[in-house]
Amino acid sequence: MRRFALISLTALALSAMPALAQELTAITGGRVLTGTSIIENGTVVIQNGRVVSVGTGAAPSGARVIDARGKVVAPGFVAVDAGLGASEVSSVDGSDDLSNSANTISASFDVSYGLDPWSFTLPVARLGGITRAIVVPNHAGSGGGLHQDDGEVAFAGAGDGGYQTPGLFAGTASIIHLAAGSDILVKPRVAMVAPFGEAGAGIAGGARGAQFVQFRETLAEVRLYARNKAAYDRAGLRDLSLSRADLEALIPLANGDMPLIVTVRRAADILQVLRLADEEGVKVILDGADEGWLVASQIATAGVPVLLNPIENLPGSIETRASRMENAAALNAAGVVIAIKGNGVHRAREARYNAGNAVSHGLPFEAAIAALTVNPARIFGMGGQFGELRAGAAADVVVWSGDPLEPLSSVTAEFINGQEQSLTSRQILLRDRYRAGGRIDGGMPVAYGQ
Amino acid sequence: MIRHALRGPSLAVVACALALSACATTGDGAAAPDGSDNAGADADRTMARGLDASTNLDPFPSTYQPLPRDNIAIVGGTVLTGTGQKIENGVVLVADGKVEAVGPASTPVPAGYRVVDARGRHVTPGIIDVHSHLGVYPSPGVTGMSDGNEATSPNTAQVWAEHSIWPQDPGFNTARAGGVTTMMILPGSANLFGGRSVTVRNIPSISMQGMKFPGAPYGVKMACGENPSRVYGSRNQSPATGMGNVAGYRAAFIAAQDYREKWDKWRETGEGSPPTRNLQNETLAGVLDGSILVQNHCYRADEMMVMLDIAREFGYRITAFHHAIEAYKVAPQLAAAGVCADMWTGWWGFKMEALDGIEANTALVDAPEGSCAVIHSDDARLTQRLNQEAAAALAAGRNAGLDISEEHAISWITSNAARSIGIGDETGSLEAGKRGDVVIWSANPFSVYARADQVFIDGALTFDRFDPRYQPVSDFELGQPGFGLTAATVNEGAR
Repeated sequence: MRRFALISLTALALSAMPALAQELTAITGGRVLTGTSIIENGTVVIQNGRVVSVGTGAAPSGARVIDARGKVVAPGFVAVDAGLGASEVSSVDGSDDLSNSANTISASFDVSYGLDPWSFTLPVARLGGITRAIVVPNHAGSGGGLHQDDGEVAFAGAGDGGYQTPGLFAGTASIIHLAAGSDILVKPRVAMVAPFGEAGAGIAGGARGAQFVQFRETLAEVRLYARNKAAYDRAGLRDLSLSRADLEALIPLANGDMPLIVTVRRAADILQVLRLADEEGVKVILDGADEGWLVASQIATAGVPVLLNPIENLPGSIETRASRMENAAALNAAGVVIAIKGNGVHRAREARYNAGNAVSHGLPFEAAIAALTVNPARIFGMGGQFGELRAGAAADVVVWSGDPLEPLSSVTAEFINGQEQSLTSRQILLRDRYRAGGRIDGGMPVAYGQ
Repeated sequence: MIRHALRGPSLAVVACALALSACATTGDGAAAPDGSDNAGADADRTMARGLDASTNLDPFPSTYQPLPRDNIAIVGGTVLTGTGQKIENGVVLVADGKVEAVGPASTPVPAGYRVVDARGRHVTPGIIDVHSHLGVYPSPGVTGMSDGNEATSPNTAQVWAEHSIWPQDPGFNTARAGGVTTMMILPGSANLFGGRSVTVRNIPSISMQGMKFPGAPYGVKMACGENPSRVYGSRNQSPATGMGNVAGYRAAFIAAQDYREKWDKWRETGEGSPPTRNLQNETLAGVLDGSILVQNHCYRADEMMVMLDIAREFGYRITAFHHAIEAYKVAPQLAAAGVCADMWTGWWGFKMEALDGIEANTALVDAPEGSCAVIHSDDARLTQRLNQEAAAALAAGRNAGLDISEEHAISWITSNAARSIGIGDETGSLEAGKRGDVVIWSANPFSVYARADQVFIDGALTFDRFDPRYQPVSDFELGQPGFGLTAATVNEGAR
């Protein structure tokens, strides 16, 4: 019995081996969503990990052909504000590398070191069509965001139990791809993260006014440090409130090179953040922006992009009383570049449903697809690299049984960097183990089966 | 109907079974139920008001009144009845708040009925959310508004969720806009026994009583697993472990059995002093006599099996396992025991007991004969989209090779849900005699683009997406930021 089990496991592993990324492959006959346009009966050709062409021509000779007639072909989705690969089980402290409480490692906290390419969250997200993610640290002092436990029993969070008071910044975000393999990091330190609004006020001492003053003071210190590193190193500079590591990490932010992801919800706070960014020369990306529709034109004028969850329509707190299902549509209509989020690490795959709900509340379908693909890539400086089906971009291609925003649609084939991914996950293995009612032939426990 | 009259404490059952109307109306605390064989003895045992539960089975009675309504005929739509039927170009007649007839296009529409044109749209029973914390964990979730967990003792069977409900929670309105007509509101899961749940009609009301579903049985929220042991273990108190949890359930039912026997004996003999009324044991005695349904938060399959044994030990039934993440591992056992499994589709991994959550859970639980698979929310956002959660579950089932129709899958959020909270004879399906709880959807409800266009509760229009007169606004929402404004550039309407 056991020997049989081992043999079949090996066979399974071999059959699940991804196709080589070098192979010339043409996906033909599908409705192609490029990220910026729609091509009916299109042909997507990939080779050597990249998109070779997107159009309506025939498959090149010698190519492996994937028949996508009646199906939809789309770029892989880019999960934003997802902890994919950096948090395994939310409530288990040791398995969560998304937040850090030490006030000496605040801005310098770098999630890229904690990434686990073997995380079981990645195959689950892949089955939701996600091929890339922006892994964004959580602020240790700002609660769990979207996650709502059953029965609302709060887990003891970081910050409890004698940790140090966290600083203003949550650390830096990384870009990953979700392909099977041992290296998922695409680019570390692509953005700094800081909560504003109620969470930021809480960190600064309780009131918003304190945080804005502290933020400006921090930037002043960073600039002072950057101009006087030599003096700092020989202890010839006045005492600074941040650690050296944090000061270093903030230099690109202070220079306007690295964007700051600002979690902010209230319309009034959004305006304050826009003003702060303008006055300090800091590039910002708004995250949340639940009340953004009230100040959509100001956000658009500032040229600031927004990461949002369009299903946030209830006043979870006092700072989100103007939450509306139409937020995504209104911001898009005003000209704001938006990216649509999923529902946390384990439910990142639901980003497509969130986008569908934005569509049913006024967001044009193509804008919703863009908000899952090309927009997040561009927001994080990766335009043309991934997130769209166009020549030269990474071959992150997903074939769907139908409209990818529909829950009834499923992934039928998926490529990341041209490498075909196995369409399984730990959840699928569990499903198949118990599909037959929890028994295997011969009456042995299911643990003896595959 | 008998079940409804019996929803009070167990000790009343023996006396009341013979005289339902007397029990139901004897609310002044003075009279003993007549029709019992020792009515004379009871008269000698009259107790001060509130000391004998049997004299007032319903101390917080429903004052729910259906909203103004016409007799209506919903014609031309694709009707999913909730009983496994799909009728193209169907007719649904609702008269005096009840479903009068459901049939094909040839079904005659009586004169005087208001005809609602549902051509190109879908018609389903009102959606039922069997696991809601609206009102007890309302929006905004701020200091002063967190009323769902009486996390002061592992056994708080004495508390009732209805006494925490804030009817002005704006979440009731957003849930209704998602087609939710009925919901069971529960206490949280910090405790082994969190308290009584309550089932409500989703209409705007000043009072909780004005929403209370007339005659719906109470439930008691029990919780397995990590939550109680974490909450109390962290206080260096029992339960700190799974075995502590089980000892806690058993001790509570031992106390409840003892309490019930004391009352029964006193009623029978009249000897000595009457027992002191104890609200905690009263609720659990209601479980023992079957009048209060066990609604059991339980993630893991192995824990479900233990809970079923405890129920056998003390002779009660478990009505449903909630958040039943691993129900698929014991689907045949649950079907055989007649226990519903109330589930999410997409939630998993947020704690160890949620590790094995799979999207196909509902479909696998649904497969055996006699099963009762239900999709629930536990969340003010998800409750607005239970149809989409069902769609994702349906897709996962089909991907697992199961042949499941949409007309069957709609039962997960309608008729099975009604069964799971003990109101299956009242609502949850479009059948003659059932309450006129109906949703007209803009499109197939298994599409992400479908919106609830009109929502009827007891035949009354309670929400209309196109008519601001039927888009209620809670007191809380008045005058808040953004109130009265719409994003002018937003195009209204589904694709």
